[in-house]
Amino acid sequence: MIRVERASKTFIMHLRGGARIAALRDVSLSVAPGECVVLRGPSGAGKSTLLKMIYGAYRCDSGRLVVRDGAEDVDVAAAAPRRILALRRRALAYVSQFLCVIPRIPTLEIVAAEARAYGMAAEAAKARAASLLAGLNLPEPLWALPPATFSGGEQQRVNIARGLVAGHPILLLDEPTASLDAANRAAVVELMNAKKSEGAAILGVFHDEDVRDRIADRLVDIAPVA
Amino acid sequence: MSEAEAPLLVAENLGKDYGARIGCRGVSFELHEGEALAVVGESGSGKTTLLQLLSGEFAPTTGKVSYRLRDGDLRSLADLGEAERRFLMRTDWGFVRQDAREGLRMTVSAGANVGERLMGIGARHYGRIRATALEWLDRVEIEPERIDDAPASYSGGMRQRLQLARNLVTSPRLVFMDEPTGGLDVSVQARLLDLLRGLIADLKLAIVIVTHDLSVARLLSHRIMVMRRGRVIETGLTDQVLDDPREEYTQLLVSSVLQA
Amino acid sequence: MSESSAPRVAAAREAPSPSAPRAPGYNFAYLDEQTKRMIRRAILKAIAIPGYQTPFASREMPMPYGWGTGGVQVTAAVLGEDDVLKVIDQGSDDTTNAVSIRKFFERTAGVRTTTRTDEATIIQTRHRIPEAPLKEGQIIVFQVPIPEPLRFLEPRETETRKMHALEEYGLMHVKLYEDISRHGHIATTYAYPVRVDDRYLMDPSPTPKFDNPKMNHSPALQLFGAGREKRIYAVPPYTEVVSLDFEDHPFSADAPNEPCALCGARGVYLDEILLDDKGGRMFACSDTDFCESNRAATTEPRS
Repeated sequence: MIRVERASKTFIMHLRGGARIAALRDVSLSVAPGECVVLRGPSGAGKSTLLKMIYGAYRCDSGRLVVRDGAEDVDVAAAAPRRILALRRRALAYVSQFLCVIPRIPTLEIVAAEARAYGMAAEAAKARAASLLAGLNLPEPLWALPPATFSGGEQQRVNIARGLVAGHPILLLDEPTASLDAANRAAVVELMNAKKSEGAAILGVFHDEDVRDRIADRLVDIAPVA
Repeated sequence: MSEAEAPLLVAENLGKDYGARIGCRGVSFELHEGEALAVVGESGSGKTTLLQLLSGEFAPTTGKVSYRLRDGDLRSLADLGEAERRFLMRTDWGFVRQDAREGLRMTVSAGANVGERLMGIGARHYGRIRATALEWLDRVEIEPERIDDAPASYSGGMRQRLQLARNLVTSPRLVFMDEPTGGLDVSVQARLLDLLRGLIADLKLAIVIVTHDLSVARLLSHRIMVMRRGRVIETGLTDQVLDDPREEYTQLLVSSVLQA
Repeated sequence: MSESSAPRVAAAREAPSPSAPRAPGYNFAYLDEQTKRMIRRAILKAIAIPGYQTPFASREMPMPYGWGTGGVQVTAAVLGEDDVLKVIDQGSDDTTNAVSIRKFFERTAGVRTTTRTDEATIIQTRHRIPEAPLKEGQIIVFQVPIPEPLRFLEPRETETRKMHALEEYGLMHVKLYEDISRHGHIATTYAYPVRVDDRYLMDPSPTPKFDNPKMNHSPALQLFGAGREKRIYAVPPYTEVVSLDFEDHPFSADAPNEPCALCGARGVYLDEILLDDKGGRMFACSDTDFCESNRAATTEPRS
């Protein structure tokens, strides 16, 4: 489902006089359906960077980032923007650390909109969004409010719901449990395991060792580039 | 959206010179149905000139713009007669201006503003025209009681929303927007952007939006073109260009935005 | 509007005045021959494109703009020695303007003039079409202040010319829509816009909309002259002239309910005449010749 082949990336900071920061060098890994692979390594090693590169939010300097879309393989490193957009709509979800807050939109709508973009009918999307939010223990009174004023943990759960609602088969998760308490972490783990049994491929970054242990099938070490 | 779908708007090596001065140069891209493309840059970057070339307001000095008509034909704008182009402007295209006064008839009622395009293509039933206008006012969140008021009595945000309704009533496939949120209060901006997002998604509009505001680009567009001194210096997926800018100027632009 | 404050009594209808020698020092009908040719060319072009505003080099006339200089130039250009001229203003032959213009042509052309519609070959009019149906061979010349029907909606001449050229007339319906939304009905009562020969949008001059149906398939030639704006337009005989409307608000000529107080005619356009300053008033035919001929038919044998 995911196949990273010798991916490398260097940031060139023009505003810092052209300083070059090597983020990743020659990273390779793969994730199969039903598998959860967790990236491990110190802060700044490039784990989040790799996730963003696979999602297409960051560029890739060399190597291939192959993601499966239905019957096709897409190399995100080289694909046209339209192809990546289609991939994101159909197959690839990304749960970042921070919720991008759009003003005025209620939480339920933020989540349901993702499902509708996938092609779900409005009613079904709403129902699915509701059940996910409920499963993540987000109190129902919050569903009609825009999440701008939510706590970190509440925002994170909205983010997770957004990523999972459409049922994409490939999930990229960047610290999805960082702000959650034990009970909510457990709820997320349960969701992840359910996804795995549905055949989803999950690639994630989890600092929490407890969560890591409960869902990771394999660990891949990402070392900072020297 | 199938990959094999033909593009809706094609720009090939577009350029416009004003004597020795470069308006814009070497712009090429394809836009498909339902895609939103943001053109960002600072004043003088050439983005407004580009919009004028794309909408056929001005003829380019180099290159060409082609549009796929409803019958499937991809035609160069230069080949269209003025009557055809004006007809396109009133039916299949929309143009939301930065200053609503240029895009509306300020002394004519809101209902007539919205209904004008319909009357221009032959609608002759007052009751139905008015009903359609009411529907659209509702969609852009203008109270129905204001239908007989002239936009001269509207606030800035309301005028922009009325502009939207006026343009969208004939179900255009392509909408050009020139700084649609310029000059509006922040909360008013948010409301307008919200509305735009919804309409773009629901109506599967293709849009080309010129803006200097990166957050507007991030919110509304799939792809982005960064212009500087008349040229496109970077282009790609919006989040990619804004999160991982490669060019120096783009990095400068992105870093200049105040993070809330 | 009639000048007389007393009710008009049945008067013998005047026969056409005999032609009198014209005043010395004037070319026939005041304008020089070259100017008349130029105006005739414009008229021919206007006839060839019904409803289209043809520009012409409007001349200085011995009357100010706004007093019918366009109409006078058109009449001068088509007038011949054998013509019989009738001039009316708001339907009446005896108002100041009608009298002045009639005298003008008597002096400069020496043609016969008349108040009788059926005896005239050329009728110059301001703001009304005679009630008696016109015949083949007659020419009616309208005085037009603003020839452009879209002017009040679109002030730019560059734009209105394009709209006519490209047949973009949606804006006119916007005006009618506005009327209905404000007044519940189309409030335009005069200068009601029409579509000529299914092509050009035309201002029929400030005649009441009541007169619009008379323009449709008229056997007469209808010419329109705007002196200040320098435009001539025309509707050839038997041309379709349709008043604009909406399907659910169709055009209606709005005939008055009352009969004329003097001749009893119904379904004709009436003037309101104040009789005293206690509110006394009566309604009488705006078309004075029509009214007189009705009365003559009932009270006296026609002379």
